Amino acid sequence: MLARLRREFDIADIALYAIGAVLVISIIYGSYVTITSEKYTSAQWVNFVLFGLAQGGIYALIALGYTMVYGILGMINFAHGDFFMMGSFAAFFVSAALAQAGFLETNPFLSVALMMVVAMTVSATIAVLAERIAYRPLRRAPRLVPLITAIGVSYFLQYTARGLFGSGVKAFPNIPAFSGAWQIGAIAVQKTQVAVFVVTAFLLVFLYFLIQRTKVGRAIRSVAEDKDAAALMGVDVDRTIAITFLIGGTMAGAAGVMYGIVFRQASFIMGFIPGLKAFTSAVLGGIGNITGAVLGGLTLGIVESVGPSLFLDGLGIPAPHQLKDAIAFTVLVLILIFRPTGILGERLAKRA
Amino acid sequence: MKPRPFRLLDAIRWGVYGGIAVTLIALIGMVHAFSKKGIVADRIMMSHVLVFGLIVAVAYLTSTRALATKRRLAVPAGIVAGSIVALFPALLGLLITQINLRAVFLNASPELADLLLPGEENNILSALQLVLLGSAFGLAVGLLALVPARLRRSLVSAGVGVILLGLLQAVFVVIIPDSWRQFLYKANGLSPNGAIALFIALSILDYGWLRGRPLTQQRIAQLPARQRRALRMVVTLVMLGLLAILPQLLGPFLSEVADTIGIYIIMGMGLNIVVGFAGLLDLGYVAFFAIGAYTMAVLTTPELPVVRNVIPQLNFWEALPFALLISFISGVLLGIPVLKTRGDYLAIITLGFGEIIRLLVLSDALKPILGGAQGITGVARPRIGEITAVNPQQFFYPILVGILIAWFITARLKISRLGRSWMAIREDEDVAAAMGINLVGYKLMAFATGATLAGLGGALFGSKLGSMVPASFNVLVSINVLALLIVGGMGSLPGVIVGAIALIGLPELLREFSEFRWWVYGIVLVAMMIFKPEGLWPEATRLRELHEAEAFAPVETAEETETAAVPA
Repeated sequence: MLARLRREFDIADIALYAIGAVLVISIIYGSYVTITSEKYTSAQWVNFVLFGLAQGGIYALIALGYTMVYGILGMINFAHGDFFMMGSFAAFFVSAALAQAGFLETNPFLSVALMMVVAMTVSATIAVLAERIAYRPLRRAPRLVPLITAIGVSYFLQYTARGLFGSGVKAFPNIPAFSGAWQIGAIAVQKTQVAVFVVTAFLLVFLYFLIQRTKVGRAIRSVAEDKDAAALMGVDVDRTIAITFLIGGTMAGAAGVMYGIVFRQASFIMGFIPGLKAFTSAVLGGIGNITGAVLGGLTLGIVESVGPSLFLDGLGIPAPHQLKDAIAFTVLVLILIFRPTGILGERLAKRA
Repeated sequence: MKPRPFRLLDAIRWGVYGGIAVTLIALIGMVHAFSKKGIVADRIMMSHVLVFGLIVAVAYLTSTRALATKRRLAVPAGIVAGSIVALFPALLGLLITQINLRAVFLNASPELADLLLPGEENNILSALQLVLLGSAFGLAVGLLALVPARLRRSLVSAGVGVILLGLLQAVFVVIIPDSWRQFLYKANGLSPNGAIALFIALSILDYGWLRGRPLTQQRIAQLPARQRRALRMVVTLVMLGLLAILPQLLGPFLSEVADTIGIYIIMGMGLNIVVGFAGLLDLGYVAFFAIGAYTMAVLTTPELPVVRNVIPQLNFWEALPFALLISFISGVLLGIPVLKTRGDYLAIITLGFGEIIRLLVLSDALKPILGGAQGITGVARPRIGEITAVNPQQFFYPILVGILIAWFITARLKISRLGRSWMAIREDEDVAAAMGINLVGYKLMAFATGATLAGLGGALFGSKLGSMVPASFNVLVSINVLALLIVGGMGSLPGVIVGAIALIGLPELLREFSEFRWWVYGIVLVAMMIFKPEGLWPEATRLRELHEAEAFAPVETAEETETAAVPA
């Protein structure tokens, strides 16, 4: 019996499932304790979820860039979080200038639109330049080489931002039209959260049509499927890859503005953790899959904002919110181990 | 394909690229920070070297390109490129004097404008001067490009050597005799006479070296095997002897630097097994460094009453085996889930693990055991007989022993059955599996061995500092170790040492510029990957592998010349 079991699964598998089982049991137990203790009201839970969705929307926007680049090049673009950071800085400087001119108070929506345009342009430009300078020469290199290059680009961008703009945290000016909340019963819906929803939804629908219905989109899909075949069919592969980076950078820029509106701060290292989490979202949803990136982003946002109160609190861990990021990375590790294809993914099975 | 002949437009294009680079360097504050460091005292500052170095580099690049296809354009190309590069800082200086850019660019200060346009009153005149200077440098470089290659190389190396000698003044004033020091150095940089003397001496040395090296190599190759072995033995012994007295030669400050390099060499050896031999990109390597350091700290500190009630306080030597054992075990434990994935997923997942470890150490939840954000103090130091290694000079020896052990282990593993299996996995997992290599088992061995060496590095690090804070264990450590492997050459043991000296030693010596360290790292990583992926001291097999494409290239060109010849 035992011998048969040993034959069917190796030790590593058994250890893995043991770890998984321990985690699942502790999550269920923790949740049970928290819920029965009635420490949080249902309105608080709804607020956690809403916060998680807003956060998840930002992750989703960043995750799109990871997922598209991975889909087309099979490479993790480590520097993508830093495209987001650069966009956020651009948005900050525009908003600061507009606030000084008083324009931000009188025309808040136009101001945000302007921030969007500038941030998207900056991020997209940097993304395209990075592709042209650092990634294109390495298209045929062994697989670790582009990854290491991307790490280099990431550090270059981070410390360029630090050198240019200083190491301190920049605080975004307050936009009165976006502060405060709408009260629906006992639930407070922050205006910024609504703004993030609206913008994210709009961009996603736009992107969906771009990918599915336009010629450019078809080129991107064909290059992702098979570069050589696409080239034979007359698709300009280099140009298509550059366009993919452009789109990814644009989304990252939008995410930078959203982040600025919700959290009201920008700093040179802000790209790292959100970038890693956005990558988690992309993997969670199934990397290479655009709908999956969105789904993954929202899921991760919710898990991360609900999780500490739900199961860590129940397990009696002090200051559970300090471990919010640890939950996100645990999700990443677990997904990569148990279901590397993600929620929706099927692409990866071929690639891995 | 026949290369397109060089046009002056190309020189303009390269000049613009160089100009953008100079502007960026000025705006991130490098020019300002470097303007205080003298290379040749009171005359040439590091900022001059930086700006004009870039001008020279761009001009040289364009000149040699012109030389390849259109010889008569070599000198004009240098002049054009040089003046265009210089145009950018000149314009930037003028812009700063007119508009306040500081709201966005922190470093666009009046001081920067003064540095870029050093003239007294008329800024436009000094801007013109700068551009003229740029073209003069371009002209000089263009002429240099016409000099025979061997002599040119010697002159360039001598120039670089003089700059390095000026930059690393702190090192050399300690090592060289007093009389030399008085001749060569002043308070801030080389003395002018010293610089000239050094330049001449270095050119002659380099020229002689270039001539003499092939001869010496030939002569050594002709020696009988026994004598060759004896020669190698003598060289090794002399090196070991030098290492043994190194801390006395270096003095306390440089010994401190040597210690840091040493700890990174140990870690580099470990990561070399994981990345270089087995091809597993581990970005969470810092986790094992932290585990080693924290095991050492928790076991030896008199603080942390929660722990002291359970485990007695140990000394360094008693705690060391535990630190290694726990690193090894955590290598296996973290390795099991991680190694099921492959390629770039492995990189991300290890990165995630590294972050999880750091967050756990930092959290209040584990504070009674690991000390939380304040960290742990009172970590034991190694003690042999009556001597406790307290100062960096004494601490050099335990680290040296660690390096020798790490070197021995990795060198032996590399040529063992295990090492060959790792390399097979690195080259192609599926083929390796088909050859009967147990992938998970062998990868786990690599991961765990690497983790143990990181744990050794961590234990030494914790003990050397005597106290530790979780902030020392961030992802930058992993990147640092990875970068030194890449610069040295993945899979190559001497490469680890070269990489550690270049990437850990240099920044430690140039502490005043530490804010640019990671910026430079980023550039170094990208540049190495594009131009020299095999590293500075490459491993033979890897060199072949990376240049496979080029090895096939001549066949292609031969075909093309044939086809090109037919139509005629």
